[in-house]
Amino acid sequence: MLKQRTPLPGFGLSLGITVFYLGVMVLLPLAALFATSGALPWESFARAAGSPRALAAFRLTVGTSALAAALNVFFGGLTAWALVRYRFPGKKIIDGLIDLPFALPTAVAGITLTELCAPTGWLGRPLAALGLPVAFSRAGIVIALVFIGLPFVVRTLQPVLEDMDRDMEEAASTLGAGRWQIFRRVVFPPLVPALLTGFALTLARGIGEYGSVIFIAGNMPLKTEIVPLLIMTRLEQYDTGGAAALATVLLLVSFVLLFSINALQAWARRRQGASA
Amino acid sequence: MNDSHWVRRLVLVVVFAFLGLFLALPLLVVFANAFGGGAAVFVGALVHPDTRAALGLTLAAAAVAVPLNTLFGLAAAWAVTRFRFPGKNLLVTLIDLPFSVSPVIAGLLFVLLFGTHGWFGPWLASHGVKIVFAVPGVILVTAFVTAPFVARELIPLMQTQGIEEEEAAHVLGASGVQMFWRVTLPKIKWGLLYGVVLSAARAVGEFGAVSVVSGHIRGKTNTLSLHIESLYDDYQFAAAFAVASLLVAGALLSLVLKSWLEYRVERRGLSR
Repeated sequence: MLKQRTPLPGFGLSLGITVFYLGVMVLLPLAALFATSGALPWESFARAAGSPRALAAFRLTVGTSALAAALNVFFGGLTAWALVRYRFPGKKIIDGLIDLPFALPTAVAGITLTELCAPTGWLGRPLAALGLPVAFSRAGIVIALVFIGLPFVVRTLQPVLEDMDRDMEEAASTLGAGRWQIFRRVVFPPLVPALLTGFALTLARGIGEYGSVIFIAGNMPLKTEIVPLLIMTRLEQYDTGGAAALATVLLLVSFVLLFSINALQAWARRRQGASA
Repeated sequence: MNDSHWVRRLVLVVVFAFLGLFLALPLLVVFANAFGGGAAVFVGALVHPDTRAALGLTLAAAAVAVPLNTLFGLAAAWAVTRFRFPGKNLLVTLIDLPFSVSPVIAGLLFVLLFGTHGWFGPWLASHGVKIVFAVPGVILVTAFVTAPFVARELIPLMQTQGIEEEEAAHVLGASGVQMFWRVTLPKIKWGLLYGVVLSAARAVGEFGAVSVVSGHIRGKTNTLSLHIESLYDDYQFAAAFAVASLLVAGALLSLVLKSWLEYRVERRGLSR
């Protein structure tokens, strides 16, 4: 049933401000992007967004972001588990520090991780001795993206774990289930939607990320050049159309990914609801 | 049911190694490098005129963007949580949209609008107004990338708080302004401040978007992040990390503020 509209004042004013601000700050700029790339002849658009260099950049951007998101699902999942289920010294401080990657300016993250992983760095030197170059390679990009996305999985999983009913686990245990069985059948399924959300957020953030990546990536065309950097390069060459074409495709890629993962999440939730 | 001793130990070892590598070690690297050139280099980098100009621009951009987005966030949250209207879901999606736009694309959007060949470029040029590659562009993109923060904190908060108190104030004859200052603001102040802190931290740290529109003129259109990039590209590593340590200190401060505000919001939630 439709709820009666409240008699509260300010509807016109608040909606007016909201729509005006969104229109000027978000819709108008996006319209400029779609109009610019839409006005390009098809050949120029395809040349800008479909060249071997652009395709390599898209593969690299999506691939490294997906790998970083998967790593964060695993390590972030363990971190959330430890923060909710265990007691250990320094827990409060660690919990507060989890958000550091959100609070730290990306340029600072970029130069810091580069310094750490460069062949002269604290981590880079031993790794280089083992024959594992990390900085200025794809591995460096993944490291930067894991850092930048670290809080997403932890923060989406934490509240779900906190609200979880421990009685189910006790019941399963009483009924003779082993530890692994309990984890797989009782604990893990309700966490799936939150894990997917964390994965999607990390992925989306990674696809657009620029500041933390460009210092550590090495930025070699066809090898370690991410799409946002290629957009920047096109702009510096005054190729606004090319930049707009790349930006349009990148935006569509992240929208499609987010949309499909949202759909997947809804499906996981439904399935879980049906089995419960 | 509790994890067995060795599972617990294994998980903690992995978690500590992961967080040590990704959180603790980078912090140490910043400060070790900042003071690596000695105290004179550190202080010299911080008091350099270009650093001070960059700090000024960074704070100015945040000082315009954050109040604008606070006003927008309050208006959006009031409209979305107090009234029913068609297209509400679309509006909420649009509010979040800047989060899913790459910072570089955010910068590009404003180049397409206000750049030399942009929609308003020729008109602006003929009137002698410069937005892209100048300070107004930096402020605009900062406002764009931080637009959702306040709205995003307030919408769920005001949704759960409900509207009974406002309705009571309205029935008792309070004006809209009175109702806002006496009823709504006290209810949402901690959540609002939380959104403001997140918005300010992002505004101060934004890099990709301002990098597109700033023009990188030292002492003029460089923000602190861009100044760090310039120093780093010039191989002035100690100076770059000295300026970076300033931003790290700010980031840590924002984390402390955030934890404190979270605690206040939770307590408020429990006392209701």
